[in-house]
Amino acid sequence: MSKVIVVTSGKGGVGKTTTSAAIATGLAQQGFKTAVIDFDVGLRNLDLIMGVERRVVFDFVNVINGESGLKQSLIKDKRVENLFILPASQTRDKDALNKEGVERVINELKDEEFDYIVCDSPAGIEKGAFMALYFADEAIVVTNPEVSSVRDSDRILGILQSKSKKAEQGERVKEHLLITRYSAERVSDGEMLGVEDILDILAIPLIGVIPESPAVLQASNQGNPVILDDKSIAGQAYNDVVKRFLGEDIPHRFLDEAKKGFFKRIFG
Amino acid sequence: MGLFDLFRQKNRSSASKAKERLQILIAHERSGRNGPDYLPQMRNELMAVIKKYVPIDDDQVKVQVENGEGYDVLELNITLPDK
Repeated sequence: MSKVIVVTSGKGGVGKTTTSAAIATGLAQQGFKTAVIDFDVGLRNLDLIMGVERRVVFDFVNVINGESGLKQSLIKDKRVENLFILPASQTRDKDALNKEGVERVINELKDEEFDYIVCDSPAGIEKGAFMALYFADEAIVVTNPEVSSVRDSDRILGILQSKSKKAEQGERVKEHLLITRYSAERVSDGEMLGVEDILDILAIPLIGVIPESPAVLQASNQGNPVILDDKSIAGQAYNDVVKRFLGEDIPHRFLDEAKKGFFKRIFG
Repeated sequence: MGLFDLFRQKNRSSASKAKERLQILIAHERSGRNGPDYLPQMRNELMAVIKKYVPIDDDQVKVQVENGEGYDVLELNITLPDK
């Protein structure tokens, strides 16, 4: 039984593509046949984060328009078995995505026995973002500990609860909160919203907290999903997220400040 | 927190300020979300009528629709100013 997961946020720059790449890679590493689709038509970037930008021949819009087959358009990852990437098109045509076309591609992926279909949503609440979330069974809402991001996440949650296909059928998209760019130190200094604060406001279950880490930029520089960097705390945190998503009971990590030395504690 | 941070107390409350602002804003935005599409317009027109007779601020009028089983309730809550 295939599952469609949307990675969404409302606000831009919070880590949707980083998260889509990490989670799709993690699910594939766990042995699940996984496809990750870039819905950001006109501003394709998932290919770059996944390091497959030079292998793009056909894209999502080509498949929707019947200009290429699904199988020939999917890029097979060379690092991880079972992982496939469907890049966005660079067209500027805003109406390139339509419900019927997106549904056909998703159904075709289901027929190909994909276990997970990860939809990387564009920022905003326009057509691309709507298409990315419409067919979702589950949603990972990516939020930074910052006021505008939290507000936009709440807005997206409202859309998931009223405009998704599940909502139209009287069901509910299963929601998960993923907090990224978290700095435990700044939280303890009272400069940043903490996990509990964000949970109080958004009131959806927490799937993980990704600490602010230089490894995220390094991974994107190299075109490697950060989850493959298992020495970094961000990579480890994403690994925990994937396991929690698959139902394992894993305690949250990286929520407390790293222990400071004696001098650092005295002098700040 | 280090010794020097004691002199930088100003920053300490910015996160709680953020939370407080978000809670108020989001409660407001959610209350408008589930209502029918005509609600904001109707609210504005009601405001205009009330203002003809009583000097009130925008945030002293709450218009809400609550969904019951088989019926909806339109709730209009006006806080009149002190005399």
